[in-house]
Amino acid sequence: MVATAVSQAEPEVLLAGHGITKCFGPVVANDDVSVELRPGRILALLGENGAGKSTLVNVLFGLHRPDAGQVVIADENVELSSPHDAIARGVGMVHQHFQLVPPMSVVRNIVLGAEPRKLGMIDVTQARRRVLELADRFGLHVDPDAAVEDLPVGAQQRVEILKALYRDARVLIADEPTAVLTPQETDHLLDVLRGLTAQGVGIVFITHKLREVMAAADDIVVLREGKVVGTTTPAQTSEAALAELMVGRAVDLHGDRFESGATGVGSAAPAEIAADDAAPTSEAMAADDPERPVVLDIAGLCADDDRGQRAVDELSLEVRAGEIVGVAGVEGNGQRELVEAITGLRHATAGTVSISDRDASGARPRQVTVIGVGHIPEDRAKHGLIGSYSVADNSVLNRYFKRPFAAGGMLRRDRIDSHARDVVATFDVRTPDVESPADSLSGGNKQKLIVGREFSDEIDLLIAAQPTRGIDIGAIEFIWHRIRERRDGGTAVLLVSAELDEVLALSDRVVVMYEGRIVATVDPRTATREEIGLLMAGAAPGTECSVAGG
Amino acid sequence: MTAGAGPDLATASGVAGVRGWSPQRMWSVAGAVVLVACVWGFYAWDGAQTTAVLGGTVRAATLLVLGAMCGMIGERSGIVNIGIEGQFLMSAFTAFTVASMSGSLFLGVVAGVSTGLAMGWMLAAMSVGLRTDQIIAGTVLNIAALGLTSFFYDRGRSLGQPKYQSIELGPLADLPVVGTALFNRPPLTYLALVLVVVLHVLLLRSVWGMRTTAIGEHPGAAATVGIDVIRLRYWNVTLAGGLAGLGGAYLALESVGTFTRAMSGGRGFLALAVMIFGRRTPLGAYAAALFFGFTTALQGQFQLNDTFDIPAQFVGMLPFVVTIIVVAAAGLFGRMRDPAALGQPYEVR
Repeated sequence: MVATAVSQAEPEVLLAGHGITKCFGPVVANDDVSVELRPGRILALLGENGAGKSTLVNVLFGLHRPDAGQVVIADENVELSSPHDAIARGVGMVHQHFQLVPPMSVVRNIVLGAEPRKLGMIDVTQARRRVLELADRFGLHVDPDAAVEDLPVGAQQRVEILKALYRDARVLIADEPTAVLTPQETDHLLDVLRGLTAQGVGIVFITHKLREVMAAADDIVVLREGKVVGTTTPAQTSEAALAELMVGRAVDLHGDRFESGATGVGSAAPAEIAADDAAPTSEAMAADDPERPVVLDIAGLCADDDRGQRAVDELSLEVRAGEIVGVAGVEGNGQRELVEAITGLRHATAGTVSISDRDASGARPRQVTVIGVGHIPEDRAKHGLIGSYSVADNSVLNRYFKRPFAAGGMLRRDRIDSHARDVVATFDVRTPDVESPADSLSGGNKQKLIVGREFSDEIDLLIAAQPTRGIDIGAIEFIWHRIRERRDGGTAVLLVSAELDEVLALSDRVVVMYEGRIVATVDPRTATREEIGLLMAGAAPGTECSVAGG
Repeated sequence: MTAGAGPDLATASGVAGVRGWSPQRMWSVAGAVVLVACVWGFYAWDGAQTTAVLGGTVRAATLLVLGAMCGMIGERSGIVNIGIEGQFLMSAFTAFTVASMSGSLFLGVVAGVSTGLAMGWMLAAMSVGLRTDQIIAGTVLNIAALGLTSFFYDRGRSLGQPKYQSIELGPLADLPVVGTALFNRPPLTYLALVLVVVLHVLLLRSVWGMRTTAIGEHPGAAATVGIDVIRLRYWNVTLAGGLAGLGGAYLALESVGTFTRAMSGGRGFLALAVMIFGRRTPLGAYAAALFFGFTTALQGQFQLNDTFDIPAQFVGMLPFVVTIIVVAAAGLFGRMRDPAALGQPYEVR
């Protein structure tokens, strides 16, 4: 079952879609899309959210049936009625949200559904041996007996890859595999994928990160609005050209201060970068100015995570008016708990938080709001909006109880609606009307609605957690501009993001969080991704990067 | 007597196995040792009464563990079953009626188990097939069972023969302390004990057990590797109903020997507490069932020999009061996480 992959006769085409068209109601998700993957190559599918990448791979993996077009696996035209047909033909998927059973061991997760057995019992010895063989052969090292939930994300991803290889995958479809990884883990993953191609495996790699495409892909297919808008190779193109293809126009994400580039897009507009740096530089410099008041002052803060383990560990941090402090770090190093402890969503076990010189330790969320804090929560569906409420109601969730939206315990619908229309207009929220439920908006528009709500009152402090997660470049661009505007207007901003690019692009000062502590403060104008990546992975800070920002 | 089950409360906790001795495990073992010492002491002091209490403990525990096993198969698959009470009652009724009409206890048991299976299937059809709220589905079973059995209840009917009698297991039955309690029991008790061990091994070691865990924790992941989540949930919930059906037959044909209105008396719900306290493993549940059974037996013994001058109604509350205290204090044994997909209907995309 395991050792056959290389010995079989090489097919010419491992996986292909010819003229794939797929509609969902009136929406054409894929319009006559053709892609082809050959053995030993990495095919990058590039495109924004909603460009049709996921639909395409879901068709190729048998999750959706195409309305028109032909799927080819190993030189054969096939009709896939479910993913099992694809799996049986050697197509494996590394899902973005890992399809692993958290409390089960690595071995059990890998063999689940195709267990070696003895009298109905799992043959643990054999299962373990096969998994270790595979891990060895492909250089995917992972503790076979550990419970998946105890493993770091990078290792969980290796389990997910092993799971596909255990089923004899000759094609791996990796859906945004680097979204959750540190820069080092990303490099490691790209190495692993390279190693797999050396053994004849073909890889379809879905991403919107241009740098990774340029670094890893052999072939690039760019999708926009369901159509293939470009087929190229890294040698024939550049990040800027790809960005333009992907978005359909030149992109300006401003404040892209260095060549390595935020999302790699900024290099498209060097002139504007210079202009941007010239104007608000005075602001940015002023951020370090001790004359500016400290708005957020955290001292010795401790907080536990949901399992009762200490997640924030005696953390101290100051954010001054008019500066953006970015928190970089691999997810799960206490960032969520930090934000929740500041905003009153989580009980701090020790330490103090003061906001605008007022003690906010142990304050409830509403008290924090009333002091003048805006909060863009990381999970917009769970903490940002109430999906079944209208856009109008969501636009006043933080202030519905105050004048002018309420009087004498009754809501003033007219005021709420006109406020909502303002927010929708000012923040470019695309919605048919303010009575539509928030659930009906796209991710980017939901996020713009949240930003609009949080920004429509005077705030001294903005806590922005993953403000642009999973939204398209246009909306990212918009939200970044708005956050910078606030900063320039004197608001203190604490930005928490898993996207290092975002932290680097927006922040005046970057702190790196590791295991609940701030392990370094770096200057985003001088620090390199590699330095910060090492710090995020827990390396001791070198002298050259710990002095910055002061 | 819980010495064997003590450590298992802990080993049972992790699907991936246990590394080292956790505080919970130490507590469990320490508790078991103290318990054994106490039992031995009482046995030395008053052998006859201790034997009676131990026998009563095993008798009460058998029903509870059957219900708990029914519940845990469902919950491990992601389906809450609060209809165990109704499954007990309905199968007790059919078991009794069939045994009485046919004159065969065995046919009665077959009828009871079949009724349990049918009710399990009904629960599956509602909560898996139609994706009804699982609490409502279980409540439907309870109400239906109470209504139907009360309506068809025939006061004059009797079993017409003695209930299941004890079978002595040779020299084992002559062991001190546990001899009579464990090895001089009627047949369904032995069957239940065998089922506890078999199901424990199956749940933790077999392919079926692993797949069951997978569909309760992450049905989406199970589906991506080719496991038919809906089908397996249907089978599991239906077959689990057979265990509750056996419980009902046990209640009518072995424990009591007749059928009375609402005779399950809340023990289907108690079985859920037993299941949770036993960390959703059969051996763990049996240890917990023995504990709850002990309070029941003690209560019975108190009422019998008027040890204390307390109204019987208050003494009768003992098992339920202990349930509340124990469930509230269960944090001492470490909080146990529910299966991640528990209570969530699974929808095929």
